[in-house]
Amino acid sequence: MSTGVTEKTQTTIGGIRRKFAPWNDPAAVPLIRYENVSKRFGEFTAVDNLSLDIYEREFFALLGPSGCGKTTLMRMLAGFEDPTEGRITLAGQDLVGMPPYKRQTNMMFQSYALFPHMNVMDNIAFGLKQDGMEKGAIAARVEEMLKLVKLEKFAKRKPHQLSGGQRQRVALARSLAKRPKVLLLDEPLGALDKKLREETQFELMDIQMQLGMTFLIVTHDQEEAMTVADRIAVMDHGKLIQVAPPAVIYEHPNCRYVADFVGDVNILEAKVETVEPGNVALYTGIGGGAKLSIAQNVEAKPGDTAFVAIRPEKVRIDIDPPAWQEANCLRGEVWDIGYLGDLSIYHVELEGGVRIKAAKPNLTRMVERPITWEDKVWVSWTPDAGVVLTR
Amino acid sequence: MRKGLSWFNTTSIALGFTFLYLPIVLLVIYSFNASRLVTVWAGFSTEWYWKLLQNDQLLEAAWVTLRVAFLSASVATVLGTLAAIALTRYGRFNGRILFSGMVYAPLVMPEVITGLSLLLLFVAVNFDRGFWTITLAHITFTMCFVSVVVQSRLVTFDRSLEEAALDLGCPPLKTFFVVTLPIILPAVVSGWMLAFTLSLDDLVIASFTTGPGATTLPMRIYSQVRLGVTPEINAICTILIAIVTVVVVIASVITKRQEVARERAERLAAAG
Repeated sequence: MSTGVTEKTQTTIGGIRRKFAPWNDPAAVPLIRYENVSKRFGEFTAVDNLSLDIYEREFFALLGPSGCGKTTLMRMLAGFEDPTEGRITLAGQDLVGMPPYKRQTNMMFQSYALFPHMNVMDNIAFGLKQDGMEKGAIAARVEEMLKLVKLEKFAKRKPHQLSGGQRQRVALARSLAKRPKVLLLDEPLGALDKKLREETQFELMDIQMQLGMTFLIVTHDQEEAMTVADRIAVMDHGKLIQVAPPAVIYEHPNCRYVADFVGDVNILEAKVETVEPGNVALYTGIGGGAKLSIAQNVEAKPGDTAFVAIRPEKVRIDIDPPAWQEANCLRGEVWDIGYLGDLSIYHVELEGGVRIKAAKPNLTRMVERPITWEDKVWVSWTPDAGVVLTR
Repeated sequence: MRKGLSWFNTTSIALGFTFLYLPIVLLVIYSFNASRLVTVWAGFSTEWYWKLLQNDQLLEAAWVTLRVAFLSASVATVLGTLAAIALTRYGRFNGRILFSGMVYAPLVMPEVITGLSLLLLFVAVNFDRGFWTITLAHITFTMCFVSVVVQSRLVTFDRSLEEAALDLGCPPLKTFFVVTLPIILPAVVSGWMLAFTLSLDDLVIASFTTGPGATTLPMRIYSQVRLGVTPEINAICTILIAIVTVVVVIASVITKRQEVARERAERLAAAG
């Protein structure tokens, strides 16, 4: 998470994603602040001395395997758990000790938690009624919410008369109806099938933009986090490992854990030879003994052990030795091929026993591939394709 | 692969049901007997039901029984539901095992002992025995049945429903009344009905805890039977059977419906 990396990405990726980055603005005041928050359940530490700032209008994702503390972190913001230590503030207001029914956050539950004895309308109106909102205003707001999630025709249905996707929308409408300062989404799309999930991800982004609200989503699905979020926090064992926009997480992971958790990756162990500004030269014994060169600033000294992480889609695979041979070229043999339709994944066994994956898009309809099982091949990549990790 | 019943199965079912229900069927038939002699059939008549309406003693006892059953079932339902909530919700509080053991003890305690101990208590605190002592005793022994029924529903209750209500700004007590209670209501109602029928036909505990002026129907019937079975007794028993049957059928229909609805919802959820 060195600042050099973040700034670089802002210039290269800023054009693709919208230019929204309050986390780089020192004058920006965060909406949600976790300050040295810990949560212990008996002996088990769910959240470990964690600090995190989330800004207004941000779509923020907490990503991690189950049991990493992401749900606990969210539930502390909703008020269902109190931190053992530390402070949580929302818009400057200290939340610790405040019961959930007084907080300006609303949550969409993983199980949707729709009230089975109420119809869709009453479910959506439930929160508004608790606020003592006037009847006409409630009806208008419910109408608006039904329109937002395209369920106008289902207002009188009971939850058990709806499909999974429709229930998910009711849950979303109900949690949005009170216009909370923050909407918390706990694995909101976990129960939907893949196609519907992808559609819904884009709808969620649309709704978040339309309403200009702050969304905090908890998920274990890295694709989902990458798609919807402005920033992702990768968590493990109650700690934040890396907090950055999706492209930074993917292209500049700060450790092997993040590189491995998000997407597919090859990790090679190597020894650092020389360190120059903007470039590292390394040596690895595998693949017939090869020099590696990565265009990156790294805090390391010659002789250190480091890891080179390289994504399969950035690895080239050739029968003939590639034109540039001075670095990042390794010899091996095709061990297996995974045909995925759009891509073929070549598993190449390098000399020395390490396997590396190379993804090749299938650009033509040719079934006979020029490279096949047990072929002797070269795998290679450019200096700006890999990343050096020291932990 | 469903085959018809084999002769063996048919016979065993027939024998089983005969064993269980023949005495009751006989009782119902003889309640419509025209003869005063219980065991001699002399044609169909509803005479004993009319006689019953003029038997003030039996009617008085029936009225006491209904009042006791209604009152004790209602109080037992409230207390049993609260106990069930405490047992399912507050995980491992100090003395949980003791508390759950104490809630369930009356289920297995011989009625004679429950009755005797309650009698000793009422005597010790010098409580005038009568309507109120029977009611209290019935609350004590029916509460655990309510608790069992309600607890089995609460175990499958999705806690996130309550969290959702809290999250939307509803305070805890109101959440219980607008979310939890409506959802577990069928279980609470069947608990009440169970308590009601148990109180209705209790003889042992009522006999121990009663006092002058408060005689329940089972007690009255028992004392009359000692002087010989009359067709009138058959008639009142038939009425009792009818009431209990209706209540039990309603309770099981409610439970069954709830199960079917839940299964359907789960199937839909899995399919949707």
